[in-house]
Amino acid sequence: MKTSPQLKPVARSNDELNEAQRLELYRLQVEIRDCEQRAYDLFLQGLVKGTSHLSLGQEAVAAGFAGAMVKGDLSFCTYRGHAHTLARGVPMEQVLGELMQRDNGLMRGKGGSMHLTSVEHGVMGSYAIIGAHLPIACGAAWRAQYKGQTDVSVCFFGDGTTNIGAFHEALNFAAVWKLPVIFVCENNLYMEYTPIKDVTAVEHPAADRASAYGLPRIVIDGNDADEVFRTARSAYAKARAGDGPSLIECMTYRYSGHSRADPAKYRPAGELEAWKKRDPIKLYRQRLTEFGIGEAQIKRIEDESMRKVDSATETCKAAPPPPADILTTDVYADGGWAWRN
Amino acid sequence: MAELTYRDAVARGIAQEMERDPDVVFLGEDVGSAGGVFKATVGLLEKFGPKRVRDTPISEQAILGAAMGAAMTGLKPIAEIMFSDFFAVCFDYIANEFPKSRYMSNGQVKCPLVVRTGNGAGSRFGAQHSQSIENWAMMIPGLKVVAPSSPVDVVGLMAAAVRDPDPVIFFEHKSLYATKGEVPDGEILDKLGTAKILRPGKDATVLALALMVPRALEAAEILAREHGIEVEVIDLRSLVPLDLQTVLGSVARTHHLFTVEENPRLCGWGAELASIAADEAFYDLDGPVVRITTPHIPLPAADNLEDLALPNAARIIDKIRRCLNA
Repeated sequence: MKTSPQLKPVARSNDELNEAQRLELYRLQVEIRDCEQRAYDLFLQGLVKGTSHLSLGQEAVAAGFAGAMVKGDLSFCTYRGHAHTLARGVPMEQVLGELMQRDNGLMRGKGGSMHLTSVEHGVMGSYAIIGAHLPIACGAAWRAQYKGQTDVSVCFFGDGTTNIGAFHEALNFAAVWKLPVIFVCENNLYMEYTPIKDVTAVEHPAADRASAYGLPRIVIDGNDADEVFRTARSAYAKARAGDGPSLIECMTYRYSGHSRADPAKYRPAGELEAWKKRDPIKLYRQRLTEFGIGEAQIKRIEDESMRKVDSATETCKAAPPPPADILTTDVYADGGWAWRN
Repeated sequence: MAELTYRDAVARGIAQEMERDPDVVFLGEDVGSAGGVFKATVGLLEKFGPKRVRDTPISEQAILGAAMGAAMTGLKPIAEIMFSDFFAVCFDYIANEFPKSRYMSNGQVKCPLVVRTGNGAGSRFGAQHSQSIENWAMMIPGLKVVAPSSPVDVVGLMAAAVRDPDPVIFFEHKSLYATKGEVPDGEILDKLGTAKILRPGKDATVLALALMVPRALEAAEILAREHGIEVEVIDLRSLVPLDLQTVLGSVARTHHLFTVEENPRLCGWGAELASIAADEAFYDLDGPVVRITTPHIPLPAADNLEDLALPNAARIIDKIRRCLNA
């Protein structure tokens, strides 16, 4: 099993989280898992169009960070952004509707799977050009600092992002300006198809670069929602205290390929199975039991999640495609597309 | 009324907007303490302080990305990219991020920012610090594109750009920074998407932008004085929105259309204008639309070669005379 040596066994003494928080973390993970699995099934049925990049296996990162946020905090995601969008409370039917390119979609089919955005939920966009959103998150954090507002911007990205220029520009910029921004690297071991370790000079592509920007080296178990939550909470506290940015590398694993077209045959035999033994949801379910939360209560969350996914699926299947008249809307702020008189 | 350089007009325009609106902030390389490499932002740091006028690292992606994030969430940033040639290292923001965020989000995301940049030739800087790249911006749906030619237009269009709710690319011409012009006292606010007829004429319409405007005017003066040809010179000022009413109205009167472009030949802004004229003014035209441009070459550094490359009054005069058989 090619896990990082930094991965620790699941901690058993993390009692500063209360039961309600744990149930919420579990609910978020289960709903993301079910919705992503449904997106995959709908793709196989030809109902999810275009591309999609699933976070199956990576749910704990999204749940842990979203669980530690407060209303008003801002999320900046990548094209692998369904999980982070759902975690902020965006309704499933709007996410699935966008993936299915229906009029009920989050952006009425004008953005697609890679650009999920819900400003009212603090999801400030999903960015499909690697690294683009790190500087953008800096700008949102700059606004908070400038206006004396307390919200924190968090920016999620994959391990592959750590080798593009914008990553380094943003880290330096955020450190020099002491911005309230958190950079979260979801290290799932593969950039697209190529293992990140084959093309990177250091073992931990994000954390091992932190010292270059005067930041502490942080590597955590991204499959443990409690550890993610605790790390996130302290990074938020640091940012809100005016002590500047954090860079956090979360070790995790994606069960599916890079995108819908990728069967992930490049993975060595047994790797996926080994990671599935440390499945974030399985681990967390076990922990809930250890903390004395009853099976019925756990089951209720799981059933409710499946009911939501089924209901969202039916809503989206019945939704019409976007109408032709929105083709040219919202190019400019006047609502239209006029470039001439 | 005061006489101001184009360079001082930049600082005046920015200062006017920063005084008016505390959400206007300004960032870029060497813009604060140094007052800008072209000295176009002298005094802004002293006047508005380091919180609003921020020197950045040499990180063009961070500059434009930060401007966008700030704009999305409530500020009105003005970002400087020192030389427009450097758009190539941060083009993702110009091509993919600023102009598409509103559309892709179905109107949720706003991006009210200004990117101002030193554009154009004449400084003998060679091929990577001299280009005229208005067409790089003009081709992208979602951007607005402005290129003033006079100090008063710099102030007024800067104000309009800052107050505009869309991303505006503001091209300042490096060879115009030292030129002077009358600028009225008090607040000046111009309008994007408006061309100006700077010299009326009945024989041909000449469209120009930025540094090509004074050259077209010089040519028009000589054509009238020495050859009896009266050309109408229009300063487009804004490529997006594009004031086609003024352009097509002029062509309907003059029946001839020339463009004077500093950019290399292929896909310059004049190509689009020629295409529109062919489509919408075909029966008004008594001859082909003629584009006067820099040849399709990278720009050389040597002064004599650079001068040879750019359209100048003599070339404009020659081309117009030959096309009009006069």
